[in-house]
Amino acid sequence: MADSDVLDDDGRRDFLVKVTSVVGGAGAAAACIPFIASMNPSSDVLSKATTEVDLSGIPEGGMHTVAWQGKPVFVLHRTREQIDAMKNSNGGFQPEPDQQRVKQPEWLVVVGVCTHMGCVPNKEGPGWTCHCHGSQYDDSGRVVRGPAPKNLEVPPYRFIAADKLVIGEA
Amino acid sequence: MSNKIIQWIDHRFPLTSFVKHELTAYPTPRNLSYWWNFGFLAGFVLVLQVVTGIFLAMHYKADIAMSFDSIQHIMRDVNYGWLLRFMHSTGASAFFLVIYIHMSRTLYYGSYRAPRELMWWTGQGLLLLLMATAFMGYLLPWGQMSYWGATVITNLFRATPFIGDQVVVWLRGDYTVGDATLTRFFALHYLFPFLIIGGVMVHLVALHTVKSSNPSGIDLADKDNIPFHPYFTSKDFYGLGIFLIVYCTFVFFFPNSLIEPANNIPANPMQTPNHIVPEWYFLPFYAILRSVPNLVGGVVAMGLSVMVFSFMPYLDRSQIPGGAHFRPWYRVMFYLFVVDMLVLGYIGYIPPTDSSIIVGQAATLVYFTLFILLPYISRREEQWLIRRGLPPEVQALIVSETREISKYPKRRRRGDTT
Ligand code: FES
Repeated sequence: MADSDVLDDDGRRDFLVKVTSVVGGAGAAAACIPFIASMNPSSDVLSKATTEVDLSGIPEGGMHTVAWQGKPVFVLHRTREQIDAMKNSNGGFQPEPDQQRVKQPEWLVVVGVCTHMGCVPNKEGPGWTCHCHGSQYDDSGRVVRGPAPKNLEVPPYRFIAADKLVIGEA
Repeated sequence: MSNKIIQWIDHRFPLTSFVKHELTAYPTPRNLSYWWNFGFLAGFVLVLQVVTGIFLAMHYKADIAMSFDSIQHIMRDVNYGWLLRFMHSTGASAFFLVIYIHMSRTLYYGSYRAPRELMWWTGQGLLLLLMATAFMGYLLPWGQMSYWGATVITNLFRATPFIGDQVVVWLRGDYTVGDATLTRFFALHYLFPFLIIGGVMVHLVALHTVKSSNPSGIDLADKDNIPFHPYFTSKDFYGLGIFLIVYCTFVFFFPNSLIEPANNIPANPMQTPNHIVPEWYFLPFYAILRSVPNLVGGVVAMGLSVMVFSFMPYLDRSQIPGGAHFRPWYRVMFYLFVVDMLVLGYIGYIPPTDSSIIVGQAATLVYFTLFILLPYISRREEQWLIRRGLPPEVQALIVSETREISKYPKRRRRGDTT
C-alpha cells in the first residue's frame, strides 16, 4: 500500500481523472433525461387517441374533415366513377393499389396532412391539391405530383356499425 | 463627492480604466464610413426588442385558447399596447435589416479575414440565435400564418436520420403544433435574447482584441486611429437618428405592412391558408428549400445556405486588402450575390409555378456556385492584381502604415491612443 501512495504516481492519477470524468459525465447525461423527456407529449395529449365518425351525414361525393389526435382526417364518400378510376390507376411516386388503401371502396379515410411539410391539402377537382408547394393527390390519397414524397397516410380505423367508424384503432 | 465615490469604486473594480480603455479612448480607425454603424444599431435594436418584449410579456397569455385574444387585448385595451406591439413586430424586421447590412458590409470589405474569423463566427452564431428567436416569436400571436409557419418549419426536422418523426413530436410536444408547442416557444423566445446578449459580449470582447476593420482593409497605424469618444459616439448617434426616422415611419404609419393579413385570423389546424409565406427575412432561404424537389435535400440545402457564410475565411484565398474595394472580380461576385438574394427572396414570396420553380433552382445554383468558385477566383484575382499592381495611393498607404506600425509596434497593440 505504502508504495502506491507516492504522490507522483502519474498512471494512478490519470486513471482517477478518467474515471471521475466518465462517472461525472454519465451522471450529467442521465440528469438531462428528465428534461428532454418532459418535452415529449404528456399523458393528456397521448390520451386523445381515438375519434368516432358518423358517416350517415356524408353524401356520395362529399367529404368530411374530422380531427384525430389534433390532425385533420379526410373521410371521402367516393362515387362509382371515382372508385373505378382509382381501381384502374396505381398512383404516382409511390404506387399502391387502391384496394390496399380502403376497407370499403366507398369510404376513403386518409390523414389530411401533406407528406411534404404538413400543410392540409384542399379538395380540388379530382383529388387534393396542397397549396403550400403544389403537391397533388388523387382520390385514393396517392401522390401524383411532388414535392410530396409519399401517399397520404391511412390511419388505423374500423367500422363499428354500418354508418359509424372509429379512427385510431384497427 | 462623486470623485470620492469613483475612487472608492476604482479601488475595488476597474471602472475608470475600463471605460477609458474600452469606450472613451478605444482606438478606432478614423476612416470608418457609415457602413460601420450597423453593429451599434444592431445592439440598439436588441435592447429595444428586449424592453418591448418584457413589457408585452406582462400582458400576453401563452395558451392556445387565449393567446390570439390576448394580442387583441394588448392592441385595444392595454395602455399603449398597440405601440409596444408594433415596436416589437417592426423591431424584428429592423433587426434583420440591420444585421443583413452589417453582414453585407463584412462580406464587401472582407472583414471576416484573419484576424477577425472569430468575430465572423460568433456573428454567425448570433444570426442563428436571432433566426430561432424570430421564428419562435412568430408563433405567439397564434394566427393562421403563425400556426402554419411553425408546422412547416418543425416538420423540416423530419429530415433527421432514423428518428425524424420522433424528433418532430418531441419538438412540438404533441402530434401537431399545439398548446405544448406554444408554451415552450414562449419560454424559449424569452430565454434566447439573453443568450444573444451573452453572444454579443463574446463578439465585443473579440472586437476589442482585434479592433475594428476599416474600408482600406489595411491595419492602420496609431496616428490614423482616433478615440471612440467623441468621434464615433457622435457618428453612431447620427446614424441612430436616421435609423429611428425609418423605424418610426414603419411603426406609426405602416405597422401592418410587415404583418401578413392571414395572421389576423386565429389559427385553424384543420385548414391551411392558400399561400404560406414566411417573414421577408427568411424568404431567400425558404426559396432554396422549395427549389430542391426532395425533403431531405431541401433541408440540407437550406441549412447549408445559412451556414456557408462561416466558411468565408477559408474560401476567400486572396490577401489583397480592402475586400471588394480593391478587388474588381470579387466586387462583381458580391453584387451578383446580392442580386441573387433578391431574386431568391422574390421567388420565395410568390406561389410556386412551373416557371418560378425553374428560376428558383437557377438562383439556388448561382448561390452555391459563387461560394464554390470563390477559392479559385480569389486566388487568380490575387495573382492578377499583384502582376498589375495596386493603385499607387493604396501602395503608398500600405508602405507608410507598415512603416509606422513597425516603428511603434507596442502602442497599436495595447490599444491606447494617448
Ligand atoms: S406541404 Fe404540401 S406541398 Fe409542401
